[in-house]
Amino acid sequence: MRATVVVIGAGHAGLAMSRCLTERSIDHVVLERGEVANSWKTERWDSLRLLTPSWQSRLPGYGYAGADPHGYRAMPETVAFLERYAEVISAPVQIHTAVTSVRRTEGGYAVVTHRGEWRSRVVVLASGACNIASVPAVADAVPPAVTTLTPMQYRNPGQLAQGGVLVVGASATGVQIAEEIQRSGRPVTLAVGEHIRMPRRYRGRDIQWWMDAAGILDQRYDEIDDLARARAVPSLQLAGYPDYRSLDLNSLTALGVKLIGRLAGARDGKAQFSGSLRNQVALSDLKMNRLLDTLDAWAAANGVADEVEPPQRFEPTRVEAAPPLWLDLNRGEIRTIVWATGYRPDYSWLDVPVLDRKGRIRHDGGVVDSPGMYLMGVQFMRRRKSALIDGAGDDARDLSAHIACFLGGQELDLPMASAQVA
Amino acid sequence: MTTVEKEVNNGVNVDALLGARDALSKAPEAAKFNWRASCKWVNGTHSQTSVKGFFGLGQQQSHKTEFTFDADHPEIFASEDRGATPVELVLTGLASCLTAGVASVAQLRKIQLRSVTATIEGGMDIQGILGIDSDVRNGFDGIKVKFNIDADATQEELEALVAQSQKRSAVFDIVANPTNVSVTVN
Repeated sequence: MRATVVVIGAGHAGLAMSRCLTERSIDHVVLERGEVANSWKTERWDSLRLLTPSWQSRLPGYGYAGADPHGYRAMPETVAFLERYAEVISAPVQIHTAVTSVRRTEGGYAVVTHRGEWRSRVVVLASGACNIASVPAVADAVPPAVTTLTPMQYRNPGQLAQGGVLVVGASATGVQIAEEIQRSGRPVTLAVGEHIRMPRRYRGRDIQWWMDAAGILDQRYDEIDDLARARAVPSLQLAGYPDYRSLDLNSLTALGVKLIGRLAGARDGKAQFSGSLRNQVALSDLKMNRLLDTLDAWAAANGVADEVEPPQRFEPTRVEAAPPLWLDLNRGEIRTIVWATGYRPDYSWLDVPVLDRKGRIRHDGGVVDSPGMYLMGVQFMRRRKSALIDGAGDDARDLSAHIACFLGGQELDLPMASAQVA
Repeated sequence: MTTVEKEVNNGVNVDALLGARDALSKAPEAAKFNWRASCKWVNGTHSQTSVKGFFGLGQQQSHKTEFTFDADHPEIFASEDRGATPVELVLTGLASCLTAGVASVAQLRKIQLRSVTATIEGGMDIQGILGIDSDVRNGFDGIKVKFNIDADATQEELEALVAQSQKRSAVFDIVANPTNVSVTVN
């Protein structure tokens, strides 16, 4: 089977790319291992809602038109939204077609699926940034009496044994899961490493509105000082609660969640925690306040200050003076551990030498280090918003233009980090 | 030479230590010590730390003299190399603590030492402190200590000696286990 372009993955990123290719009349196929929006459908816990408000799902040729633009869609609505998008743009999706290998050929690429092989000149990797839950090496030292699970295995608190739960990681996933487990009556201890505290609403508007309006989400990858760092920044401590409440360490403490330092190791059945908790929360408070200063300055300079509520500052994060440094995992106090320690993409099927020594794709703004190969939907790929649903459009427009030039044998003057150096 | 009662002298006053242990177990408040140091920036990465006063046995105490320690970084770090690196001072602390422990335990166990040498090394991938790779920790990825001990003792006795020294070492505990650290700005 042949297509000029093979797009791997029919999530928001792959579909946005499909729409842009269709606009350019570039023939293509979208290969999907499961169904449209598969990860949203099968790999998320029950209560999860998008962390961006509904209006902020502006895809090429499509957007939210429902009754609650400021709310946060639950997973079934998110899946329905993307299924409808695939229909509206007539995306040529082949569902239940898992890619088992991609390799270079003379004229491009061979994409092997368990339903036959595709040949194409261009491949777009839109298979997602969160295919595998990362679990730290210390997991091996957890005694067998403690049940461990990743956020991909976690669905709801009812799955867990009664008793204490250690949630490791305090970014978006960790704080949301910690919240609902604590509310279910299972006492939660939350191990807190580096994290980004963020109010849900600021001066009466959604924080995502601020970052969008002030241009922060549009910051380009070739304009940023430390791109490697920006690409590794943990997810914002946000939740999409219908009442717009913030979710931070103080709100968790108020519910009775116990905060503890970063999980540093385990020995003799005891988990060890870093003594750096105070510094982690101090760093996060400072960082949040710098962002709020930036937003206030932007509002003042752009005549927005009078349209929104007055500036506000939030209570510093409270931590106890000397949080415990040990937890005996054999004492029965902790029955379950949830590893909210990040996700990584799965490129096990990619037989093209484009991975760096840490297993990341080598690319310049989504143009992969192999002619005719492109990437979509990973953190800060071309812009700060690249991993958001709302970020797929601009990236797909840029990269589809690059693809058109590549297919036409032309160079494209796309803003690139490497072009700046040259 | 034959001796009936082994005379062992490693220069450690065991009677005083045992006496202190006995006294402090009856008055545990006096066992609370507070160790202090004060560090002054000199220039570049060079700083000078001095220690003199400390608190213990229920009152302020003092070293006989003030001791100062220069810390800096080698020239390959674009520094002026006016002292050991802070991480070398940590190794110094661990090696000297374990060595003091070996001497004390040997005295207690009536093992005469003739020479004790500890060599210590700590591996470090400086991609951590340079912020190149956030998966690499800043600190040591491991510390190795090797003791060469010449003493009237079997290999097993020496191994037990070194093991007990680690068990009772403050710096071994500080390095091997987490500690809450609070840093504030006045």
